[in-house]
Amino acid sequence: MTPKPETLRSFQEILLRLSTYWAGKGCAMLQPYDLEVGAGTFHPATTLRALGSRPWAAAYVQPSRRPTDGRYGENPNRLQHYYQYQVIIKPSPPDLQELYLGSLRAIGIDMDLHDIRFVEDDWESPTLGAWGLGWEVWCDGMEVSQFTYFQQVGGHDCRPVSGELTYGLERLAMYVLGVDHVMDMPFNAPDAPIPLTYGDVFRQTEQEYSRWNFDVADTDMLLKHFEDAEAEAARILSAPADDPKTGKRIVMAHPAYDQCIKASHLFNLLDARGVISVTERQAYIGRVRALARACADAFVTTPAGGA
Amino acid sequence: MPDLLIELLSEEIPARMQARAKADLKARVTDGLVEAGLTYASAGAFATPRRLALSIEGLLAASPSTSEERKGPKVGAPEKAIEGFVRGAGVTRDQLEVRDDKKGQVYFARIDKPGRPAEVIVAEVLEQVIRTFPWPKSMRWGDGDLRWVRPLHSILCVLSDDSGATVVPMSVDGITAGAVTRGHRFMAPDAFSVTGLEDYATKLKRAHVMLSSEERADHIWNDATNQAFALGLEVVEDRALLEEVAGLVEWPVVLMGEIGAEFLSLPPEVLQTSMREHQKFFSVRDPKRAQIVRFVTVANRETADDGATILAGNNKVLSARLSDARFFWENDLRIATSDLGQWVRALDNVTFHNKLGSQGERVNRIAALAREIAPLVGADADLAEQAARFAKADLSSEMVYEFPELQGLMGRYYIEAAGFPAEVAAAAQEHYSPLGPSDSVPTAPVSVAVALADKIDTLTGFWAIDEKPTGSKDPFALRRAAIGSFRLVAENEVRLGLSKIIASYLQKNMGGETVAVALDTFGDLNLSEIALADDTISDAISSRQSSALLSNSLSSLMQIADAERLSLGQIKSRINAQLYRIRVDLLAFLHDRLKVYLRDQDIPHDVIDACLAMPGNDDLTLLVKRARALAAFLKTDNGANLLQGFKRANNILSQAEAKDGVEYSYGADVKFAEDETERTLFAALDEADKTIRPAMEAEDFGAAMAAMAELRRPIDDFFEAVQINAESQVLRRNRLNLLSRIRTTCLQVADLTRLEG
Repeated sequence: MTPKPETLRSFQEILLRLSTYWAGKGCAMLQPYDLEVGAGTFHPATTLRALGSRPWAAAYVQPSRRPTDGRYGENPNRLQHYYQYQVIIKPSPPDLQELYLGSLRAIGIDMDLHDIRFVEDDWESPTLGAWGLGWEVWCDGMEVSQFTYFQQVGGHDCRPVSGELTYGLERLAMYVLGVDHVMDMPFNAPDAPIPLTYGDVFRQTEQEYSRWNFDVADTDMLLKHFEDAEAEAARILSAPADDPKTGKRIVMAHPAYDQCIKASHLFNLLDARGVISVTERQAYIGRVRALARACADAFVTTPAGGA
Repeated sequence: MPDLLIELLSEEIPARMQARAKADLKARVTDGLVEAGLTYASAGAFATPRRLALSIEGLLAASPSTSEERKGPKVGAPEKAIEGFVRGAGVTRDQLEVRDDKKGQVYFARIDKPGRPAEVIVAEVLEQVIRTFPWPKSMRWGDGDLRWVRPLHSILCVLSDDSGATVVPMSVDGITAGAVTRGHRFMAPDAFSVTGLEDYATKLKRAHVMLSSEERADHIWNDATNQAFALGLEVVEDRALLEEVAGLVEWPVVLMGEIGAEFLSLPPEVLQTSMREHQKFFSVRDPKRAQIVRFVTVANRETADDGATILAGNNKVLSARLSDARFFWENDLRIATSDLGQWVRALDNVTFHNKLGSQGERVNRIAALAREIAPLVGADADLAEQAARFAKADLSSEMVYEFPELQGLMGRYYIEAAGFPAEVAAAAQEHYSPLGPSDSVPTAPVSVAVALADKIDTLTGFWAIDEKPTGSKDPFALRRAAIGSFRLVAENEVRLGLSKIIASYLQKNMGGETVAVALDTFGDLNLSEIALADDTISDAISSRQSSALLSNSLSSLMQIADAERLSLGQIKSRINAQLYRIRVDLLAFLHDRLKVYLRDQDIPHDVIDACLAMPGNDDLTLLVKRARALAAFLKTDNGANLLQGFKRANNILSQAEAKDGVEYSYGADVKFAEDETERTLFAALDEADKTIRPAMEAEDFGAAMAAMAELRRPIDDFFEAVQINAESQVLRRNRLNLLSRIRTTCLQVADLTRLEG
């Protein structure tokens, strides 16, 4: 059943439709991860669960932060805080492309009128030591999703391979709703008792964070936090696997990975403050990657990692 | 004779890989078949975004049977040897034949290999090809192990002849071959079966798939140009984009849209680049206004609204993109017109290479060099320096950050807008050229000065920090920089001594004197203390002098000082000796590249050697002129013969000199001449010298060589008539001295001893 486009009137409806669709396809509906991340991929439900042999299927919204993209809420398309919708299925099913196209139909994109294209775009995350092959999906010339078959994460080969779909929700919704400026987009139904636009919810925060990200964040403190996170990750992973209190084997892959996520976001903030030189950049990325690898190494020794 | 049809249907294959994949499929399958004994009449390969296909016509129905005879051990040989032979030949003991041979009775085996049916061979070959296909990048999917460019969904493999079509039984990692394929992903997704190429192509077309990439490209181009023509417009040709777009669609539908009036003030290159890079749109130009006014996008389907929705969507995306571009352009212009220097200063904070410092340092070095080179290329020194300082300013602009391929060109726009002289603006665009052998070479003197300075800085800088090209690795494109500088010099007939320029560059940037000055600012330091404080001091100096090159020079100095406790004077001379080695090494590399460059212009390597051996060999224009003249001269009859005469004279002379232990270089006198040919040769040499000397001074190598050619006959006649090693010592010495005159005269032009043949 293809819903009629005109029945879609708000940002949240699109989000709900996607969730309903993927829930119907058997994905576990997870919630956003409770740490600042740059993209939905950082959620351990993707990064860590893509590793090991255990099957997995999950979908979730992930608020994502890219401090350098802040435009004080003025740019029609750019935000330092935005939403990604993420789907991950392992092993990737043979009809993943058809499943994906079904999700576009579910949010009212009529395949008989629109031009959908799979354009080569290989994905690589130097900070996660991860890469995969796939496409950016174009709808009438606009990139609406990223479609990737994971080949490696944290330096480990993915066996089996996960299929990962990432939708940039604001952009997709603006397209479907025919809105030109993100801040004008209805967040809830326009005829709700208290109608809210995206701007009502986020304009002020975009301003506040843009100022803080670019000019105010204490770089010495950020740098110290980065180093603390790095040290804590190493300390967590160096703890013996056998827990003396419970007598059980408990490898703390997730707590260590939290520190990796924090280090990655702190690096992004330092980058936005413009205090990282070109040469240092590579070194920082290398340090985060080392953390991601260490966490992946630890995860694959745990039950969820297929050990 | 059956025909074979293969199709590998997958998820979308990257456009850039399709042409190569098509060729690889054809080559690998046909090679495999032929190797197994299956020859064929013709083959053709096809690629669309979702499929690779191969059609082979006139294939043998089976490989021919073969028969081979193999000679074995003698009768009565050890049992083990006979058993081994039987096993190796794949026959049974009683199939062996006994025949008489020179050495007695010997076993022979006859090995008959029956032919195998085509379907067996095809199945083997195709499986092997799929498993080892040379994709530039491949992947696994699901829980399988097979690798393909994207998930492989089905294999169609059909042999057909007059009696009908049969599926070749085979399967690869659970994908079993059939006679079935599918049409367009959206317009005709249902499966259908096919019997052969014609049936396949016809049914595909009905299912909205154009099988041939050439047909798709032609269709796009014709439709786009027709639509443009109807409006009095023209599509900007872009072969690479056309090929790419033809690889993105199975059913191309050309749609033309308008560019919003608010974007028409953008430079055409910006419109074109933004549309091509982000949207894969063609640009459509209005020849009357010399402006890009429309775009062409290619959709992958027909729709009930004739593409209206698709076009509207594309228009919207384009507007967002161009809004960005306009934002960059307007912001950049504001900065360029108020303070262009701000961009130049920003380059101080951008690393070029950690051992060569920032882009800012690099620009300083290039500016100093451009100033030095300017008078040699007929440019105003102040203008050249100014042009060099602004040449890389646009690297700080937002537009170039977004579209790196517009570097230089944007610089030109911005520098013009800032009101600087046109030569300065042009140099920003042209100083990167020539980038390749077919790229055009700048001719405007200021551009030439900056372009040369840029390339010499790159070459010398990377040489000084020991980052030379090795084998196939040339990460900093130094070979390209070398050829670029040759072309700049040779095609503009610039006269300059590269060696001198390189020497002064090295001295200025990292020479002993400069280091000494830098050290002096620290007062009377004990050198071993300096060595201990290595990092601190070179950091301090590099920040003070703002020169990474100098700090490199310093750190090698620290090592010397530490090891040997040298005086400042000794250190200076050590450093200068090191710089000398760098320069000699770099010149040797340049001469090497020069040989490659000139060889490509049909100048043989020995001719280049003969010219390189002459003084002034770092003056490229002179060198090329000399080499061209010599190569042309040697192609003439006189030239080739004169060379023989010269060689003969030189050989006799060298032997005599070696034997007698003296050098016959002076004192040939016509009054001792006995033979008429001898006298003629004297006269001819006098005559030739009269012309050659002034011609050489005027660097008129053609005239000099023409005069030299006049010697051919007298030299030949002389050797014909006269015995050099005469009885009379006076006569012999005079004749050897005469040979020496031939040598001296000829060697003025080039070192002919280095010529072969």
